[in-house]
Amino acid sequence: MAFVLAPTAPITDWLRELDKRTGTSPAFFVGRPIILDLQALTLEETQIGELITQLGERGVRVMALEGIDADQLGASLPPVLKRGRPSAGDALLSASSSHNGVATARLPRRQEPSSLLIDSPIRSGQSVIFPNGDVTVLGPVASGAEVVAGGSIHIYGALRGRAMAGSMGNARARIFCSKNEAELISIDGYYRTAEEMDASLRSRPTQCWLENRVLAIAALD
Amino acid sequence: MGETASMAKVLVVTSGKGGVGKTTTTAALGAALAQAGQKVAVVDFDVGLRNLDLVMGAERRVVFDLVNVIQGTAKLSQALIRDKRLETLWLLPASQTRDKDALTEEGVASVIQELRGKFDWVICDSPAGIERGATLAMRFADTAVIVTNPEVSSVRDSDRIIGLLDSKTEKAEKGQRIDKHVLITRYDAQRAARGEMLNIEDVLEILSTPLLGIIPESEDVLRASNVGSPVTISNATSAPARAYLDAARRLKGDDVPMNIPSERKGLFDKLFGRRAA
Repeated sequence: MAFVLAPTAPITDWLRELDKRTGTSPAFFVGRPIILDLQALTLEETQIGELITQLGERGVRVMALEGIDADQLGASLPPVLKRGRPSAGDALLSASSSHNGVATARLPRRQEPSSLLIDSPIRSGQSVIFPNGDVTVLGPVASGAEVVAGGSIHIYGALRGRAMAGSMGNARARIFCSKNEAELISIDGYYRTAEEMDASLRSRPTQCWLENRVLAIAALD
Repeated sequence: MGETASMAKVLVVTSGKGGVGKTTTTAALGAALAQAGQKVAVVDFDVGLRNLDLVMGAERRVVFDLVNVIQGTAKLSQALIRDKRLETLWLLPASQTRDKDALTEEGVASVIQELRGKFDWVICDSPAGIERGATLAMRFADTAVIVTNPEVSSVRDSDRIIGLLDSKTEKAEKGQRIDKHVLITRYDAQRAARGEMLNIEDVLEILSTPLLGIIPESEDVLRASNVGSPVTISNATSAPARAYLDAARRLKGDDVPMNIPSERKGLFDKLFGRRAA
């Protein structure tokens, strides 16, 4: 599902190469969740921010970081993924646990509750990706548009596109909409297309949740 | 100079999908505004596939074009073609031999700026699609007319275009809002009554954008294109012409009640149409 970009030094050359490759299809990255692998680079937090901004100008939306120590980063950057191998932070933790007191200072930072409110329609081809929490949309989500949230998704309007909740691995996330015309819904990776939905649930207010790894959909009215 | 420039309105006629009636609409709205005494330039952005010159009946008078002006090989005054029927209506044709890469953002910006100083309305006829030609046609617009047929693929493409209007135009990037209007074309009252088309409410609900007008499907439109005359000139009393004239008045800010063409009206038109012919 997600694409991984692994920039190499010097970054300006790497960006130029990226532009060259995407020049023929500038929409290539639009709407795709991208993971940024920083293993090959040594960057300060502000430099990572700049890189993400520069990628953003090219339509690349970075969903998560990889290959970097999560403890070095502030809350403004995307979350760090581990992909099953220990990150530098873990290694440090075990190495330094012999020194008393150091390990406790490296406990993972408490996640601030956060949510995103969008008060305009989400148009076809637009993609809202918010890995940090819930997304609330006041208005319709068009056919061909998508909302991806780390938490739950609330749509006060017709959902005609895609909604993907719990995108960072959260089986308790839910999707609510006031009119279900969805093309696809997904929670924690489990998905269902329009064709696989009960026709009686179309055009009604609905909620979706995960029950024993099965995507359940029920009318709210 | 700066003051007159800010008076002009730059309007883009766009849709995403091809064949929905952008060029017909550009010609008809341009002519309708000129008929109301406004000074109007219609600009063809469909470089490589130009059509507006044909619909305006000016194809045999094209010498220089938009690309020449952008590249500095011709002056704007040399490329503008004055309409033979309406003296406040002008055409800036596209080049047929070039492609959209010949358009640069700086070039388009300076042409639009120069047109702003000379006209009340600058109407940009966008090519289909969402690529360079289409994005540059909308880039400097104050107002957009989104041409939509009452069917699902056209409506979804329009929705995509509205998203781009709200993010990729100069106004949007400055945090301002571009004025957007939906114009429903090729509306067939009989087919709508039989449920073979999306109805008006559905289209407007999906697009969440105000309605500028409803242009009925009509042979008058095809006939007008074939004789190279905007329908508001060739047959000003026809149903589509009246709908375009009303839409142009709404663009100027007049409050004109909206007529949804009904089935009965269609029958009525048919009976009288035959007698007039």
